[in-house]
Amino acid sequence: MNAAVIDATIFAELQDAAGAEFVAELVGTFLEEAPGMLAELRSARAAGDGERFRRAAHSLKSNSHTFGAQSLGTMARELELRGLAADAAQDAAALDALEAAYAQVAAALREMNHG
Amino acid sequence: MANAPARLLVADDNKVNRLLLQRSLQLQGHHVSLAENGRVALEMLAREPFDLLLLDIAMPEMDGFEVLEHLAKNLRLRDLPVIVTSALEGMDSVVRCIESGAEDYLPKPVNPVLLKARIGASLEKKRLRDQQKELVRRFATREVAEDLDASGFKLGGRRLEATVMFSDIRGFTTMAEAMAPEETIELLNTYYMLMFDAISGHGGVINQMIGDGLMAIFGAPLALADPCGSAVRAAQEMLEMVALFNLEPDRKGKTPIQIGVGIASGSVIAGYTGTDERATYTCVGDTVNLAARLEAHTKAAGQAILVDGATQAALGAAVATQALGPVVFKGKTLAVEVFSVGAA
Repeated sequence: MNAAVIDATIFAELQDAAGAEFVAELVGTFLEEAPGMLAELRSARAAGDGERFRRAAHSLKSNSHTFGAQSLGTMARELELRGLAADAAQDAAALDALEAAYAQVAAALREMNHG
Repeated sequence: MANAPARLLVADDNKVNRLLLQRSLQLQGHHVSLAENGRVALEMLAREPFDLLLLDIAMPEMDGFEVLEHLAKNLRLRDLPVIVTSALEGMDSVVRCIESGAEDYLPKPVNPVLLKARIGASLEKKRLRDQQKELVRRFATREVAEDLDASGFKLGGRRLEATVMFSDIRGFTTMAEAMAPEETIELLNTYYMLMFDAISGHGGVINQMIGDGLMAIFGAPLALADPCGSAVRAAQEMLEMVALFNLEPDRKGKTPIQIGVGIASGSVIAGYTGTDERATYTCVGDTVNLAARLEAHTKAAGQAILVDGATQAALGAAVATQALGPVVFKGKTLAVEVFSVGAA
């Protein structure tokens, strides 16, 4: 597992507290919900809606930290705190990077779920 | 310390957060319901009883701050403990939550051990508050309890118009001497239960019980449309209750109870007196003294209910009264017109 993608200690603590079986289900829920949050970020950016943009980034940040996806969480946090950038191209680049990071997280979580 | 199972409501728009909180709380043995935003949470709170609310702040439709505002305005819900769980950053949000009435604030991701400790502390505080409320309810009426609650147990007074009633059992001390102590207490409890029903049923508030005597106020702390009429009708019902009580089979062969009631109306100074730890709603002033004198005078007058001129004037023709003429009471320089009221 890529240590930079998922913090193994945080993930193990979550499994300890909530039960491994439950965490597997919760990962499934996250993998269902997260693409919607990413899409929401894109659509809020297109609509110029800073409030929706922040809220979607906030949700993604919160869930990333739950599973120990710290670097994805940090990227989402930056978007939450910054809000919409004055330059739309800057947000487009940031969202590309965020989606790429999410793809890695999703792959790592799927692997851990089957592991 | 394990928490006793409680009914908890989790309000969070994020499904992962909702499910994880639900899981943590269920593992602690609680019953958990879920709401996906503030509006749904308020609807559920209006429908069913909960012991505690775990509230997210950033939610669509209605956010956590708005929920806190709604709860603060709702008499039934404003004591519901709320623990805010949020990933919002900055001390501002925390301060705003606490100022809006949240009991505690837990940052997300929520640490399960911390969650358990905070919930335990909140539920314990709620239990103590409920216990305090129950005590107030037992010794005051619902109206006084709510008024006390609404005023934040503020001591202080105001001058207002009210009708004051005193009542006691004639010759109770002599009766009690001939009875077993248990029987005396049982008799008093039955008597108080009947009197409470009659007085509360007409909007009165009992604020003092001393031995076999009681004092009640009509028209304060909450206004009544017709405090004089309410007090007199309560007194008539009290007489009926006592008459029925005397007819009960287990009262056969025992001295029938007789009560005397004195009622006066006018200006009183009302408020909560005492200390922060122990306060009682009370009324003082000439009107209160007069009601007490009238009650004491019922025996000499041979009447069950005596009222002053102000009360009699407010009754109009609806209630039959009989003028007994002026009486000079102890401690008073001027004579007072006294009227007797018959049974209903």
